[in-house]
Amino acid sequence: MSTPPDARTEILRRVRAAQPSSSAPVPRDYAADDGPAGVALVDLLVDRLEDYKATVRRCAAASLPATVASLLTGVPSVAVPPGLPAEWLSAYPGTVSRDEADALTVADLDAPGVAVVTGCAVAVAQTGTLILDASPDQGRRLLTLVPDHHICVVHTSQIVERLPAALRRLPDPTRPLTMISGPSATSDIELNRVEGVHGPRRLDVVIVA
Amino acid sequence: MSGTGNIVTPLPFPTLARRELGDQQLRHNLRKATHTIRDKRLRVVGEVPDWEQLRMAGAAIKDDVLARLPSLLEQFEAAATAAGATVHWARDAAEACAVVADLVLATGTAEVVKVKSMATQEIGLNEALEAVGIHAVETDLAELIVQLADDTPSHILVPAIHYNRTQIRDIFLERMPGVDASSLTDDPPALAEAARRHLRARFLSTKVGISGANFAIADTGTLTVVESEGNGRMCLTLPETLISVVGIEKLLPTFADLEVFLQLLPRSSTGERMNPYTSLWTGVTPGDGPQTVHIVLVDNGRTDTLADPVGRQALRCIRCSACLNVCPVYERVGGHAYGSVYPGPIGAILSPQMSGEGANRTLPYASTLCGACFDACPVRIDIPQVLVHLRQSGVDASRGRPSAERTAMRTMSYVMRDRRRYAAALRAARRGAAPLRLVAGRRGALRRLPWPLSAWTSVRDAPLPPKQTFREWWTREHSS
Ligand code: SF4
Repeated sequence: MSTPPDARTEILRRVRAAQPSSSAPVPRDYAADDGPAGVALVDLLVDRLEDYKATVRRCAAASLPATVASLLTGVPSVAVPPGLPAEWLSAYPGTVSRDEADALTVADLDAPGVAVVTGCAVAVAQTGTLILDASPDQGRRLLTLVPDHHICVVHTSQIVERLPAALRRLPDPTRPLTMISGPSATSDIELNRVEGVHGPRRLDVVIVA
Repeated sequence: MSGTGNIVTPLPFPTLARRELGDQQLRHNLRKATHTIRDKRLRVVGEVPDWEQLRMAGAAIKDDVLARLPSLLEQFEAAATAAGATVHWARDAAEACAVVADLVLATGTAEVVKVKSMATQEIGLNEALEAVGIHAVETDLAELIVQLADDTPSHILVPAIHYNRTQIRDIFLERMPGVDASSLTDDPPALAEAARRHLRARFLSTKVGISGANFAIADTGTLTVVESEGNGRMCLTLPETLISVVGIEKLLPTFADLEVFLQLLPRSSTGERMNPYTSLWTGVTPGDGPQTVHIVLVDNGRTDTLADPVGRQALRCIRCSACLNVCPVYERVGGHAYGSVYPGPIGAILSPQMSGEGANRTLPYASTLCGACFDACPVRIDIPQVLVHLRQSGVDASRGRPSAERTAMRTMSYVMRDRRRYAAALRAARRGAAPLRLVAGRRGALRRLPWPLSAWTSVRDAPLPPKQTFREWWTREHSS
């Protein structure tokens, strides 16, 4: 089933024969570090998230359960990753299905009206991007893909200004990573941005102080 | 070995261009689309104070990749293999298609879901799979439109840029199985909803996904797909088997290098600060996503391109399509005139280098050398320089046989020797173009340009020059 070894050998030989120029140092004069953190960072993140049509709620830690519950009004059933803190859903009256030992199937997640609640690894204010790295409070990739409604909880300590700082915060880049900037969208029809094609059509972000 | 597949134009550029110029609807759609993305791009690039520094870093990182390609390829292979992926190598399009077809056949499935990928279009994968009884379902909305219409893409980023909403509705009504004709309007959200319904069951049940990759990270063995709709996530996450076709130039040395490219790419391509979804995966993750992961590394003319010290910078390309959207020639003739999956300015330098064959040698003439593509390029590929170089080598190849190309080249290289003289010539061309716009009529092409460009137009139609070059516009905008 594998490729005949000579394709590999020949390509590598041809690359060597092409004698590419010698390697030069890369100028890294771009802004690799964040400016000072602060309230402005949260405001920037909110602005960027809303610009890309996510709904944003801000709350204190104590009112997180109530905020999540209010976003889930009318939602009969919620899927959560195995490590999501139980208290986040303590004010939600519906059914909570925990993806323990990969228990949830695609069909479960595709059922009408299912929402998913997760945390995130880090958020990038400048671009309105949430990065998920499959940690226990974020779970498998399909959890945040198949349901039509994703609620993502971001703590202010997880917000950075720029992408370089965000990538450096990830503990293990070889975990499956998903960067999310607004709900799914297409610009394929006359370049109008239309929200909601295959990914979740509703993205709610809760920012916890 | 030269590259093969959908990078060889069947007819010379001037022939195809003349045909496309007759299509008014196409030109109208193209103008609207390219101008829209162009404006969006300028807005979001303007938000980034260190944009020029990012471009410099992006170009240098890619040059470093090309300089260390053998060891980086081996490093990538080792890291991806250690993470559970199987790495295959393919010298040309046919070999790459055969590798993928064998892998799919071994799973026993007759249908695969695909996320838009230039590499798979380049090698003609869909046709090759069809030939062995495997149906490849394109899941990107624009690719789906093009596939339903039995057409080929006309733009790297927005392949259905040449259709307007009414045309798209008509295609869906006629070709999309089970579409609800009574409720389908030409409202973009309604069309997107129809596509979502059409593809959902396939995503949830298909066993094999096929993708390309925007970046392959040598130190971790990670692949990256940048997308908007979520169809990419579906294809990368739900199938049991994932096969990714990756050009050997797609490498980045380290994971940290993404901090440059994930800033450059979205702003340059869709004109967004960040695209809705970016997925990164490294081999197999137990319990999460495909449990069988294959990566096919493809040469297909890339090593030929690498061997040319001037031309190799084309391999920096990250397929953002910014150069298409600013190109006055592309805007008028559209993607199909280039006869290759790589259209526009990048196509004019990439296709002839990857496959030096026949009609591809006319592609380096598909340009006014106005320089807008270089200004827009996030990895600073000096496309005009490579165009001139390729024209020159085309002439060298036919030395002793005075050719039309040779005459044209002489003029263009004379013009290019001095930037000010060139700018003056282009301005003169545009002044001359005002009355000529009327006589050129629907062909939109000029019969003659003022000297010294006249030696070029005497052998072929030149596209109408833009009212002002990007360079002039930029200078004016930024001097006030
Ligand atoms: S040549 Fe530059 S501008 Fe054109 S598609 Fe490639 S990276 Fe983008």
